[in-house]
Amino acid sequence: MLTFLIRRVIGAALVCLAVTFIVFVIFIVVPGGDPAQRIAGKNATQQNIINIRHSWGFDQPFYVQYWDMLKKMFNGDLVSYTSQQNVVGQIVQGMPATFSLTIGAGIIWLFFGILVGVISAVTAGRLSDRLITVFALIGISMPVFWLGIVARYYFAEGGIATVFPDGEYYPISQNPAQWFWHLLLPWVVLAVLFIGFYGRVLRGNILDAINEDYVRTAKAKGLSPRRILIKHVLRTSLIPIVTLFGLDFAGVLGGGAILTETVFDLHGVGQYAAQSINNFDLPPIMGVTMYGAFFIVTFSVLVDLFYAYLDPRIRPS
Amino acid sequence: MAQPATESEFTLDTAAELAREEGGHEIRGRSPWFLAWRRLRRNKIALAALLLFFLIVIACLLAPVYAHRVADTGPNANHPLDKVNVNGTQVSVLSQGGYLNKKTLQPCSTGGNDCKLFSSIPIGPTWVSGGGHFVLGADSNGRDVAVRLLYGGRVSLFVGVISSAICVILAIVLALVAGYFGGWIDFVITRFFDLFFAFPAVLLGIALGSALAINGFHHFGLNIGSGSIWIPTLVISYVLIPYVGRPLRGQVLSLREKEFIEAAISQGASPLRIMFSELLPNVASSVLVFFTLIIANNIVLEAALSFLGAGVQPPTASWGTLISDGETLIVTRPWLSLAPGIAIVLTVLALNVFGDGLRDALDPRAKVRVEH
Repeated sequence: MLTFLIRRVIGAALVCLAVTFIVFVIFIVVPGGDPAQRIAGKNATQQNIINIRHSWGFDQPFYVQYWDMLKKMFNGDLVSYTSQQNVVGQIVQGMPATFSLTIGAGIIWLFFGILVGVISAVTAGRLSDRLITVFALIGISMPVFWLGIVARYYFAEGGIATVFPDGEYYPISQNPAQWFWHLLLPWVVLAVLFIGFYGRVLRGNILDAINEDYVRTAKAKGLSPRRILIKHVLRTSLIPIVTLFGLDFAGVLGGGAILTETVFDLHGVGQYAAQSINNFDLPPIMGVTMYGAFFIVTFSVLVDLFYAYLDPRIRPS
Repeated sequence: MAQPATESEFTLDTAAELAREEGGHEIRGRSPWFLAWRRLRRNKIALAALLLFFLIVIACLLAPVYAHRVADTGPNANHPLDKVNVNGTQVSVLSQGGYLNKKTLQPCSTGGNDCKLFSSIPIGPTWVSGGGHFVLGADSNGRDVAVRLLYGGRVSLFVGVISSAICVILAIVLALVAGYFGGWIDFVITRFFDLFFAFPAVLLGIALGSALAINGFHHFGLNIGSGSIWIPTLVISYVLIPYVGRPLRGQVLSLREKEFIEAAISQGASPLRIMFSELLPNVASSVLVFFTLIIANNIVLEAALSFLGAGVQPPTASWGTLISDGETLIVTRPWLSLAPGIAIVLTVLALNVFGDGLRDALDPRAKVRVEH
């Protein structure tokens, strides 16, 4: 077990390193042209460009640049090209919004995903199952940013009614009620896609599990349907959901909610990444992808451990 | 406990039953594809979804006809000074802006809550009263939104379908090579897949998309200009390779151990032959389902990238750029964003429903699915 853990942690660290290298290649090597020119803008003098090139180290070979950037990243003094602000500081500033968004949406999508999946599996083939399937498919088919724009228009900008505040994040430390009220719409919008998806996966898993021998045995023993469902069927069917949830949750926590954050103007880490990408600002993008990769990789190790705990059959030896 | 749905399950009994329906003919051998087609044919919802998808494709293909014959404009033609005849009255395509109430469009004082500075106010949807002109209204440049919606559909569908084809082909090759050869080749390819799972797909997509949007791509003998729709197409195809490649590799890995592969090897078949004429046909049904579902996924991804400015570049219309163009005017002219969004939902929904039906028909027990 310990060797498994050590191997996974080393692998995870290597993946993070490789991710930074890929981002570096994408932004320094792929576009071609002169990065100093881009930072200086269209009206820069030749001397300006030369100064920028020198001070940011663009005149160095690319492996030296990469090494410098890594060093800065681990020392925490990575600085944005455009705003000159400290990247770590900016990410830390965005974390409360991103964490609030992810945790709230995560609770909603996990709860309703499981509820929807169980109801549609138990009533498989009947009207409620068909209706749920239709809604789940519509939920999966909606682009999240479009749903966000439309929801914001109808419920926050007076399309139907002005019920919710119009975007922006409100710190929980100042007023928890306002915090909740500001985040309710983004939570629901972000959760819709996952609810549909989890519901469908769980429905399939439950229907598979119902046909297993041990369920027949449980029935033969005379257990009540409710007990069979909760103790025997759900226990196995939920295991893949745990994996899915761990990875999705980490992805959203790690800046994957770029679209929701941008549409609702939450000033989270994802929105910071989106703005930096538009400004072609490499250091923040390095910082955010590293931050995101850290969460994804950490959670995938955690999920593996939890998985082994839940399902003895796949315990690593 | 309710019984599980059995309608999609296929057993030997159903095969015999189907054969009997043929009208007392002798039971003949049927190819799996033929049986799958017969199962699919009975799934009316899936067929309706396929029909809807083709209707959308045809509508988008007919965009030039609509633009020139009915709307008398092009996808990028601005009409800032034109007037259009709505029910006999002449209405300007773009009316004067200024400080206006967001909803009523009446002039208002600058301090008001619903007050906003507009550069100009485009005409709203004329529906049927405009004689085919500006059916869905105009955007802030005075371009016909209905025309742009159809042209945008061509771009979105092109990006979606072509990127999925490239993605699936590359994923097949990687999965076959990894699964067949195993060893260090498999190790390298699986690590490559793992690496891309560590990125949020959208983040990788925008990073690549915006990097390439600056100067285009000029490496390895390929020269793609910065405004080309091949850039989002290639970016999107690349991002999702591991999502298809990983499950396919798993399938190839288990097929590799089957007797028929051993037989082929003992007959002296070359690796290429085994990969493409023994292994590939056995994963073909999964590939087909993946292809359908990935198109749906990629259409959404294209819209997301274009919305963030890292996909299709203006003035080219795509469903994503249209939503983003309309966002600033959402309160005043909601149809600018609603229409392309609805187009995406309908297309993607049709593909998802059809993909599901296809999976049930091809292999009732398969567990192919696409992760978002």
